[in-house]
Amino acid sequence: MLSRRTKAIAALAGAASFALIATGCAASDDSASDDGGPIELTVATFNNFGYTDELLQEYMDEHPDVTIVHNVAAESGDARANYFQKLGKGGLADVEAVEIDWFAEAMQYSDLLAEAPDSVKGRWLDWKEAAATDADGRLIGFGTDIGPQGICYRSDLFEAAGLPSDREGVADLFDGDWEHFLDVADQYREATGKPMIDSANSVLQGIVNQIEYTYTEPDGTVIATENPEIADAYQLVTERAIPNSAYSGQWSDDWFASMANGEFATMLCPGWMLGVISGSAADVEGWDVADVFPNGGGNWGGSYLTVPADGENVEAALELADWLTSPETQMKAFANAGTFPSQLDALESDELASATNEYFNDAPSGEILSNRAAAVSVAPYKDADYFKYHDALQNAVNRVFDGAEDQQSSWNTWVAEVEAF
Amino acid sequence: MTTTQTRPPASATEPAAAPPAGRPVRVLGFRQNLSRWDLKLSPYLYISPFFIMFAVVGLFPIGYTAVISLMDWDLVRNSGEFIGFGQYVWILQNPQFWTALRNTFSIFLLSSVPQLIVAIFIAAMLDRNIRGKTFWRMSVLVPFVMAPVAVALIFSNMFGDVHGLVNGILTDIGLPAVPWHKDPFWSHVAIATMVNFRWTGYNTLILLAAMQAIPRDYYEAATVDGAGAFRQFTSITLPSLKATLIFVIITSTIGGLQIFDEPRMFDNTGEGGPAQQWLTITLFLYNIGWGEWNFGRAAALAWILFLIIILIGLINLAVTRTLVRDEGIRAPKARKKQKGVRA
Repeated sequence: MLSRRTKAIAALAGAASFALIATGCAASDDSASDDGGPIELTVATFNNFGYTDELLQEYMDEHPDVTIVHNVAAESGDARANYFQKLGKGGLADVEAVEIDWFAEAMQYSDLLAEAPDSVKGRWLDWKEAAATDADGRLIGFGTDIGPQGICYRSDLFEAAGLPSDREGVADLFDGDWEHFLDVADQYREATGKPMIDSANSVLQGIVNQIEYTYTEPDGTVIATENPEIADAYQLVTERAIPNSAYSGQWSDDWFASMANGEFATMLCPGWMLGVISGSAADVEGWDVADVFPNGGGNWGGSYLTVPADGENVEAALELADWLTSPETQMKAFANAGTFPSQLDALESDELASATNEYFNDAPSGEILSNRAAAVSVAPYKDADYFKYHDALQNAVNRVFDGAEDQQSSWNTWVAEVEAF
Repeated sequence: MTTTQTRPPASATEPAAAPPAGRPVRVLGFRQNLSRWDLKLSPYLYISPFFIMFAVVGLFPIGYTAVISLMDWDLVRNSGEFIGFGQYVWILQNPQFWTALRNTFSIFLLSSVPQLIVAIFIAAMLDRNIRGKTFWRMSVLVPFVMAPVAVALIFSNMFGDVHGLVNGILTDIGLPAVPWHKDPFWSHVAIATMVNFRWTGYNTLILLAAMQAIPRDYYEAATVDGAGAFRQFTSITLPSLKATLIFVIITSTIGGLQIFDEPRMFDNTGEGGPAQQWLTITLFLYNIGWGEWNFGRAAALAWILFLIIILIGLINLAVTRTLVRDEGIRAPKARKKQKGVRA
């Protein structure tokens, strides 16, 4: 593994220096390398996209003149820093993965990214494709996966609390709006004395991802502090979700430790979260996933592939991105890493429908997540500042949870922060 | 050509010497000029690599930062629009900046003061005749070898609110758990602990070196006079350490104002806490620059930090001058005497 990676890095370094020489000599003859002759394409992703060496070898077998070098960043934050430091200046990979959290930021520079061919249009769910189309109608992102959310629950803990514990029973139990979801949480707390939800901010995330216009409107108007939906969401989370949550936010060391100890009874679960749970709580038994989500459907996360327009082999890179995000390839990636497909044909495939998850009590995860994806009715409008507003609002919830400020003064602090942006 | 002939041969050996009055004016040949320039310019040439490097990687970025701080900067397109001093005003009006300033000084005090006291104590112990001297001396330096991020990761885990090692021990012996990630003071204590872990040994070694330079005769004389160990420490060791202590204080001040790794790694978001409990100035700068990609504001904050460090440096200088009185006064007097002689 190590030797393979070092080889890849060496190859990359060699390619980079060769590219430098090539550009120096051949001036700006971009098309030369596209016409034929061996070329090397770099693909940069993060975490686990499911692009194994075997999968990439398939493409290389089909295209003998193409060599693919795959670079994987540890997490999406590293990839984000690298992306914006090099975008438009050269030095990015031929195919760069972008996470949905910072995709809006990348969309600001859509003119620096190559346009996807017309042939791929209509491949994805409407909202997934619409988010990657800029104001001029150019599609610049190839959708990979999405994060339709179901509810993960611990059947043993639910049984102990006197709640239904089978998949269908739990789906009926949670069927309703967020108020109802928190009613059940209250019920669980009365029965056991423990919080049912892992974190209060995941509830905020779930609610906000169902609101079309959250903090800003397409014309640039900032509606964050006046938006009644946001005020309601904040009130609901601070008044009712906080007492029912073990933590304020996710991903802290304590949160992971509690997960490994099996302390959480319920989590809001996008497809990729199944992998997080089974990965960090391997010894915990009783997890299951129900085909239900408060207030309909909701999407959390997912990624795109982009092709920087100043690359050496833009045409070949577009072709590779096209292949990587084709329904067939995405199904292989799903099998490798559980990344739930955003392609319509993949969503309808039998392979997806029959996929099960052994850790989650052999739940038909493919079928459940497909239903959850179909239930997503709102594509939230997220502009480049979305992350900033949402992060500040999450901190407002954290402050109430920590007791640093009360509900009203924490809201006022958030309003002051938003006004200062 | 004719002028070189009038030159007396003796003057070639001392080309820099002034010509005595009344003699014909000597004009030096190219070779002599060269050797004179060599004498005058060489020292500057030898030290120039540092200053050229400093100009490229030090002065230029400082100036460029000043330019960016006056502009609404787009990192990706590498261009900006001039907007004046608005971003400085934004920083100074932002309550988070003042919280960050408070936190920076609080963490600085909580780390430097105990660190110095402990370092002096350990150094005094190591200065005595103990077995395995080298082992103990090298041991205190081990934490310094560890990467700050590794230290921060391990300590952050220990200072977990719920599953942390420290709170686990506290609750086991019946004490209440400490809200490490909620209360500003306790978060500062936790971060200061990481800083202390890393830097105490380093300062100990510097102080130990200074202690070993103190002539042993002083101690012998004091022992003959009947002074105890404590009296010897306060009357001989501490006064002799003054200059070294000031060096240690200055370096830890600079380090304290730039503290970044530890608060950044203190939780998973790295943003300094929901209520800015442990947001330091450099962390605030990082959040603005690399979180929001707002390089204009980040540059303005960098300049404000630069001015703060200069201000602290000046205070340090003033304090140093009054503290190290003996050296501080003797030096200028000696120089004056020399000048007087020359005049």
